[in-house]
Amino acid sequence: MIYSLLVMSSPASGQCATTAAQFARAVLARGHSIKRVFFLDKGTSSGSAMAVFPQDEADRLAPWVELAEQHQVELILCIASALKYGMLDATEAQRREKPAATVHPAFSVSGLGQLVEAASAADRLITFGG
Amino acid sequence: MVAAAPKRLLLLIRHSPYGSSLARASLDVALAAAAFDQPVTLLFAGDGVLQLLPEQDTHARGVKNIGRLLASLPLYGIEQVYVDAQAVAHYQFALDTAPLKAVPLDSGQISEMFRNHDQLLGF
Repeated sequence: MIYSLLVMSSPASGQCATTAAQFARAVLARGHSIKRVFFLDKGTSSGSAMAVFPQDEADRLAPWVELAEQHQVELILCIASALKYGMLDATEAQRREKPAATVHPAFSVSGLGQLVEAASAADRLITFGG
Repeated sequence: MVAAAPKRLLLLIRHSPYGSSLARASLDVALAAAAFDQPVTLLFAGDGVLQLLPEQDTHARGVKNIGRLLASLPLYGIEQVYVDAQAVAHYQFALDTAPLKAVPLDSGQISEMFRNHDQLLGF
């Protein structure tokens, strides 16, 4: 079965974003596939290369990077949300004349059409947060 | 870019218009779906029904007016709009002055709505 995930919660608040990454891993472990993970609103901060979490807490970024690098899961941050939350990839940082890119390269920044297509191409769309 | 067989999307909108950015984000998703010719249904429930309050004035807050955005949705082909009748009764306002025409549903009809769609996006 093909899954798409929609993540709307911040990894800094509550469990939803972490649960989403765990769910994605479970989906793949069961032999299903993931069309795309789309991050909207506060969820876009999951892509932060800058966030620093306490050492005695779980790393919020590593599970996503692992999904992207080892399982080729596509991770897309909604551009309208991402800009508001200061989540800029190298291209956007340059275009908006900001001092640095803040998005980890495992993530891409793109439009809401990517969510619509992810919903259309998947058998199941699972929402986390909201 | 969208696959041939369109999925029927149901957007369940539970956020009040100005309490969080998700209210606006959910409507942006509706507009994106319409732009890609995907059939989309809106269902306002819980605090989300407050988006349908008439005469919203956001001038002092400096944010976009959700009521005005809702009023424009039919122009983009978004006409399947429903609202949880129980939530409207809870907040005690009349739907006939709402910025967007929304059909009230009881809980049985809402369950049916869930069954009749392919994908549920819960905001």
